[in-house]
Order: sequence, then C-alpha cells, then structure tokens
Amino acid sequence: MRTTITVNGEARSLDLDPRTTLLDALREILKLTGAKKGCDHGQCGACTVLVNGVRINACLSLAVMHDGDEVVSIEGVGTPDRLHPVQAAFLNQDAFQCGYCTPGQICSTLGLLAELEAGQPSQETPPGARPELTDDEIRERMSGNICRCSAYPQIVAAIRQAAEQMA
Amino acid sequence: MKAFTYERAESPAAAAKAAALTRGARFIAGGTNLLDLMKLEIEQPAHLIDVGRLPMAAIAPTPEGGLTIGAAATNTAVAADAQVRARYPVLSQAILAGGSPQLRNKASVGGNLLQRTRCAYFYDTSKPCNKRQPGSGCGALEGLNRNAAIFGASTACIATHTSDMAVALAALNARVETVSPSGDARSIPVTDLHRLPGDMPHVETVLVPGELITAVTLPPPPAGGQAYRKVRDRASYAGGLASVAVAGGNLAFGMVALKPWRASQAEGALKAGASPAEAIGRELEGASPRGRNDFKIPLVARLAAAAVDEARNNKMGGRGA
Repeated sequence: MRTTITVNGEARSLDLDPRTTLLDALREILKLTGAKKGCDHGQCGACTVLVNGVRINACLSLAVMHDGDEVVSIEGVGTPDRLHPVQAAFLNQDAFQCGYCTPGQICSTLGLLAELEAGQPSQETPPGARPELTDDEIRERMSGNICRCSAYPQIVAAIRQAAEQMA
Repeated sequence: MKAFTYERAESPAAAAKAAALTRGARFIAGGTNLLDLMKLEIEQPAHLIDVGRLPMAAIAPTPEGGLTIGAAATNTAVAADAQVRARYPVLSQAILAGGSPQLRNKASVGGNLLQRTRCAYFYDTSKPCNKRQPGSGCGALEGLNRNAAIFGASTACIATHTSDMAVALAALNARVETVSPSGDARSIPVTDLHRLPGDMPHVETVLVPGELITAVTLPPPPAGGQAYRKVRDRASYAGGLASVAVAGGNLAFGMVALKPWRASQAEGALKAGASPAEAIGRELEGASPRGRNDFKIPLVARLAAAAVDEARNNKMGGRGA
C-alpha cells in the first residue's frame, strides 16, 4: 500500500504491507535503526519517536496510518558534530550505560518538554495548576521509558539540564 | 500478525456501513490495544477500517451545559482540555492515571472504552479463556486470580475491565453516542455499554456489529466535589488493582468488574445519611471474591472512603483540577 511519510524532513514514499509497523518501516525499510525494538508491545518506550511533534510508541502504530505525517526519529534530532541540547545533556550527565534505551529516552524527553510547554498536566500536577519541571513530574512523565541499566537519576538530571539550557 | 487489508474511512456512517459489510472487519483509531493483541494473534481481524482521522476529535460545550467529546480525541487531549480540567476534574485525573504518555498521546476515547481485558488467561493463548475462545473454560477461576472481579462475575469469566477513564465517565453519568451501519444514531448510558460476562463473556458490549462510537457526552457536572483514586503495583504506568471515582453523590469502582461498577447501593446509603464507611460496606456486601483477590474488599472499602472524603474536601476548598 502506497504511503508517503516525511521522515526527519525528507518525504519518503513507501510501498507497504499493511502489517508493517511504523517502527519496522523506519528500521527495516528506511534503515534508520536508532529507534529500538525492545518489547514491541508499547511497554518499554525504546521505540519512541515524534509524530507531528508528539511522542508515540512506533511499535504500536501501523505505518499506513501515518500517510502524510511528519516523523522525527533520533537520527533527525542532532548529529555527532551538532548535538541537540538534550543529547548533549545526556552525555554530560552520563545518563545511560548500555545506550539501548537512549534514543527512545531522548525522543521522549523532546515530547515531554513540548507537553510541559503546552501546559499539559500529569498525575503529579496539582489540580488546576500549570505543571512545573519538578523531579516528580519528570519521573512520572518518563514512566513510559524503561532503562534496564537503571540510569534513572542521571536521566532526570539530564532532562533538568536540557530544560534549563533550552529555556 | 495475520495478514489483513486496510482502508481509511471517509465518514463515521461510511465506516459503520463498511464494517458491517466486510467479514472480520474492525475499527482502528489509536491502535495501542488492538495492535498489541494482533501481534499476539489474540485479535485476527481480516480488515481494518481506520477511523482515527475522521472529524470526530472535537471537545465542545453542549446546549444543555455539558460537554461532548469526540470519540477520536486522544486521551491526552481530553485530560489536558481546559473545560475538562475545570468542570470534570475526575475525568482528567482518571485518564492521567492510565497508561504512559506515549500511549495516551495515541489512544482514543472510543478505543479506551472498548479496550479488552488484561486478564493473564486472556493474553496467554496456551490457556483456556472463554473470552478469547468461547467454550474453552476460564483459567482464572481456580488460577492466578489476584486481579479478578469481585462484582458481577460468572463461572464463565471473572475478568475485569481495566479502563480508568470509563470509571470516571460512569460516575459522571456520561452517554456514549454511536452510529449504526444503517446510519441511525443512538445514545447509550456508559454504564450500559459493557455487558457483564454471564455465559457469553466474548460478547463484551451492547454495540451491534459495525456500530461505531462517535462521541461521549457529559451532562453538566453533578453538584459536589470530585476525586479519583487508584491503587496499583507501581506508582505509575501499571494496571490498577482497584480504583474509585467520585462525582458529587455518584460513586463508581474500577477494576473490580467487567464494566465500570456504579456503586448504587453505596450511593443510596450515602444519600440516606450513612457514613462513607457504612455506605461502602453496604455495596461490598454484594462482592464475591475468588481467594487471591479477597484483599480487594478491604482495599476498595478504604480507597472509596478516602475518595469520598477527598471529593468532599475538594468541594469545600473549591478546588478545581
């Protein structure tokens, strides 16, 4: 099925078996292997990408559902020479060990920062209030991204650092 | 995943018609539950009708002073909506207690209502499950039933409905708006949407084949405070063991039945002047636990009493969400 998706700024026309998930289209067809297939069931967050600026689990979405959408994976966030502030903060704070979950953590952080900017609440947000970037908010909002190396304290620190730099 | 064909619906009525005409058709919007189950081959649709881009994601006031929420609105959009936060805080809080941000960004209102149970025997295709394979038996009856229902179960199925959102909608007297394959619209109280298991646990709702949920309508919020409380094994991103939604004098329990459980016995007792503990105790007299889930009785008793207190305090303090 013919589907056109803009991936990291470039329109890509794909002929897809409808079963192809967005994650498999990125990894297997477009050879963008930054987004990882951890659990493939939406439980680990390693496949997190941004679709039209919103973070989702690429494993739980069919690529044919994204005709005309704009997808950003970790490959579109920065380059080794020009790191995005979130990437730089993850390096600076040592916010990973094996690195497998990191592309998802970074894309998820970008989504988190946009959601905070838009004033979207979480269960940690006091009723009626505008959310603030507290550690509790960060932990709650990153609960969809698992890190088996347990770099969580450094991930929280990296997100704080990135948010301060980007403010 | 089994092979299937895919189409993008042109309109809600056309989607309903196509679903009724096409063998093995299912609607897909967010897909966060359906695709998970398709990968496990628990769901094997022959055809998917994508309703996720239909113009039914708006959240708007009704002439009656309530709110209508399009079925394709994402869980995130509903929880963050200013009108929902100000007037229906229990709905915002319930949604935010479920799933992860990534899932809520994708999951739709209609899909949340129609999500399948998380019972381990439903998910394990090597085990009997009357819901997955009618007539095969219920593995949970004498098995790992820690998270099974305590209300409205049968010997065919003791699974629970695990939506947080639906519990709040039940307490808010929400109605589910649908369009049928013939093009007729109807409105169903959300508490009547899901069927109790009886001897046909595989028939989960009162919707007819092809009938599409187009919106959820909330009446004006009931007088009084609102609150949502949920207990789970982790602080975040975990299915609930039990939850309670309070909206004024309305009380609904989650994860204790195959539908959001409106606690009408407790509501009646509260209205008659009983204390929250007495009133909730009255409701729990009707509970039938299965052993490993006996703990849900004291859990719901405490959780519901705390939620009623919180709702009353919210009202006194004039606190919105």
